[in-house]
Amino acid sequence: MAATTPSARERPLRVVVAKAGLDGHDRGAKVIARALRDAGMEVIYTGLFQSPEQIVQTAIQEDADGIGLSILSGAHMTLFPLVIEQLRAQGAQDVVFFGGGTIPPDDVAALKKLGVREVFTPGAPLQDIVDFVKRACARRTLVN
Amino acid sequence: MAKMIERGLRSGPGSGAVDRTISDVPLNVVYAPSDTEELDYGRDLGEPGAYPYTRGLHPTGYRGRLWTMRQFAGFGTPRQTNERYKFLLAQGQTGLSVAFDMPTLMGYDSDAQAARGEVGRCGVAIDSLADMEMLFDGIDMGAVTTSMTINGPAAIALAQYVAAAEKQGVPRDRLGGTVQADILKEYIAQKEWIFPPRPHMRLIVDMIAFCTSEMPRWNTISISGYHIREAGSTAAQELAFTLADGFAYVEACMAAGMDVDSFAPRLSFFFNSHIDFFEEIAKFRAARRIYARRMRDRYGAKDPRSWQLRFHTQTAGCSATAQQPENNIVRVAYEALAAVLGGTQSLHTNSMDEVHALPTEKSAEIALRTQQVLAYETNVTNVVDPLGGSYYVESLTSELERQAEAYFEQIAEYGGVVEAIEAGFFAREIAEASYRYQRSIEAKDRIVVGVNAFEKEERFDDIELLRITEKTEREQTQAVQRVRAERDAARARASLERLQRACRDSKDNVMPHLIACVNAYCTEGEIVEAMVEVYGRYVERSVF
Repeated sequence: MAATTPSARERPLRVVVAKAGLDGHDRGAKVIARALRDAGMEVIYTGLFQSPEQIVQTAIQEDADGIGLSILSGAHMTLFPLVIEQLRAQGAQDVVFFGGGTIPPDDVAALKKLGVREVFTPGAPLQDIVDFVKRACARRTLVN
Repeated sequence: MAKMIERGLRSGPGSGAVDRTISDVPLNVVYAPSDTEELDYGRDLGEPGAYPYTRGLHPTGYRGRLWTMRQFAGFGTPRQTNERYKFLLAQGQTGLSVAFDMPTLMGYDSDAQAARGEVGRCGVAIDSLADMEMLFDGIDMGAVTTSMTINGPAAIALAQYVAAAEKQGVPRDRLGGTVQADILKEYIAQKEWIFPPRPHMRLIVDMIAFCTSEMPRWNTISISGYHIREAGSTAAQELAFTLADGFAYVEACMAAGMDVDSFAPRLSFFFNSHIDFFEEIAKFRAARRIYARRMRDRYGAKDPRSWQLRFHTQTAGCSATAQQPENNIVRVAYEALAAVLGGTQSLHTNSMDEVHALPTEKSAEIALRTQQVLAYETNVTNVVDPLGGSYYVESLTSELERQAEAYFEQIAEYGGVVEAIEAGFFAREIAEASYRYQRSIEAKDRIVVGVNAFEKEERFDDIELLRITEKTEREQTQAVQRVRAERDAARARASLERLQRACRDSKDNVMPHLIACVNAYCTEGEIVEAMVEVYGRYVERSVF
């Protein structure tokens, strides 16, 4: 290890994997949490039933580079916008916000328009998700 | 020779041959009498209809009676779902199965803050007796049987069902159906709990005791592996964890002083049918055998009906793909065939579009037709347990039984199912298995058509999808507020107070008090809140 102060770029990427609302389907969230961890990132899994406020607070407290939100209950058009609202309200718009779940194609487009950076649906390869998070979050770190 | 065959299988590019089941059970290329030589026909298989029921519960199989075609449905408001039920009954469906929305499943009313965006999305919203009355409006509750998939608030849903039927003039002793009520698998896999495990277990024992004395046609609990499998477990884990849950309920009821033969004949099970065809059939057969042996030998049940594991099956939602969704019709057909060859008592076939949204009427109809083709055209119903005696299927059945027994030992080392839940054992096992499975697909060790092989560019915007609108949430919010405004407030309050007293007194049965609350038009959220004041809420330790 060089004797210099580590820059923001050298610390591992830190990602919050979140479950919101009443949705207990956590298989996808857990698999993705593990895949991101195996890819060298620091992953904070929020556990179930978090409110949008709590999710954004966690991301800020943990100084996270990204938030991945998983929703399979059909409440995505309510909960994704609420998280975006909280990111703005809490001054954390620079956190890369992405997500996934059973989300119909029209809604994927609508969510992206609202500011969700990427939406992954069932069948998305883990590697694609890992690559996306690395790319998107690294860019964020550079911007900082 | 075997080696040569193996090389042959693996030589072709993309042959897709893997030497393990989807659950990682190693497979031979071919099976022979030596693989089953330890089996004793009378002891391990038995005739269909005879102990240990490996070959099925009925001597005549499906010739005597077909399985029940029971399609799970529910969305939006009670009125919308009521219309879907009438449609399904008119199409020849023979039983109803209620899907509730998330707020209902978690014990919240439609106007609760926690319900934002969830009302009517993945099931129907039922807040009070008024909603249950609407749900069955124009449907004779004495003539249909109904399965209600609800767990945390199961006792409340049952109370609402009884109250709605009695308003129709149907007495509770004529009601047939089941309420899932399997709380242990909620902690293990599905995560729709309210209270901590111990008070939940008490509620289940109360419910079973109540049904045993007052609802002779009601199946008291449906012990479910479906969700354990959907959460990513292997077939052996699904089998073992589900049966372990079942035995935990049996032990709890016996500990409460009930005679095993008084309640065991009306316990039922619910399994997943995944895409690994023979493994699934073996799983169903092993389940019957393990259950019969334990019920007779360990719990001392004397009534043969207490030895019989009856089960409902649903095809695997997690085997469906978003890509080329029409392919899911084919997957469902194979999975349904496995369930039937495994001797299921009832079946739900998934719709092809469920990866994207709730099924449309069209896709729900295709799913039901899939069962009808299987039942009436293929002739597989003519012979009982047609795979009985297959060296392969028998050997796999025994292997799954062996793996399940090994899991029972591990669970016992924790001190039982509740203790193993509290220690995070199941969550770790399932997270591990689901990650391994996903990795095997990523590495193309396992082929999923349209996902990691035979892909094509596709646009999804031409798929017709069922949409639940914000309007549902508004309507349902207004409806529940109207109920609260119009009821006799003093009567509602008094009934909730009596319920809380019953919750504190372990010798009182909560069911009659719940029925009184429901009849006073207390909402589900109010009843749950009253009980949470006594029992508290459960918080999970998350592991991944």
